[in-house]
Amino acid sequence: MLYPIVGGLLIGLSATVLMLLLGRIAGASGIYFNALEVRNKKQLVDSLWCWAFIAGIVIIVPIVHYFLPIPIPERPSGSAALAILAGLLVGAGTKLGSGCTSGHGVCGLSRLSLRSLFATGTFMLSGMITVFIMRSFS
Amino acid sequence: MKVFLSALLAGCLFGAGLSISGMTDTTKVIGFLDLFGDWDISLMFVMGFALVVTLPAFSWAKNKKKPLCGDAFEWPKPMKADAHLLIGAALFGIGWGLYGLCPGPAIASVTYGYIESIYFLIAMFVGMKLVDKLV
Repeated sequence: MLYPIVGGLLIGLSATVLMLLLGRIAGASGIYFNALEVRNKKQLVDSLWCWAFIAGIVIIVPIVHYFLPIPIPERPSGSAALAILAGLLVGAGTKLGSGCTSGHGVCGLSRLSLRSLFATGTFMLSGMITVFIMRSFS
Repeated sequence: MKVFLSALLAGCLFGAGLSISGMTDTTKVIGFLDLFGDWDISLMFVMGFALVVTLPAFSWAKNKKKPLCGDAFEWPKPMKADAHLLIGAALFGIGWGLYGLCPGPAIASVTYGYIESIYFLIAMFVGMKLVDKLV
């Protein structure tokens, strides 16, 4: 239980740093979209901090697995086709619903946003139902 | 430069949090969503303890005029929970349950060297673009 707690505290700290220093919401789906969606100069400037955030993730993750007794997770059990289908759904869903686990589940709930509470409840429930159905078929 | 370094620091904390907590382990995530089966509750602590930090921090930030290195706090505009939000969240949940990755861990997982992570990330952007164009 220690690792989930420490991990949670770090994610909270990350969202706090981003809000207090930059005034931005640490929502991974929005950051990912802003990083790639560059069509004019304003969007380019806006994408730079998003790339820095993504760079931070990509730099630190191998360091964590190297120095802490946390093994690199095994290859996901789903096929490549399932990865593509799931990616499409996660992308479309987070864009339509304006956020994901970090944006709604952490930042939104911290702002006491009722909207984020509904969103978080909905994606947790639909994720649980999906896993239940997947389990029934395998 | 300050903006860049702040975002880099936040990204490092975020990536460390995801990988330490187990959120990048798809087997663990699917176990967490397996409420009706062999439920692994441990990831509930991730969100819970993130909120322990952010709840007081955000309520403190709300009383401040400006962030330290930015022009203004970009709080999301107040909006009602509408059909878009709920349908979007439901679709996201299905994708999350199917493969065990949500957007943050999907980014982190590129470092694990499985080609499916790249497929997932490309498909994720395509999905976002489709909604951005069509809705």
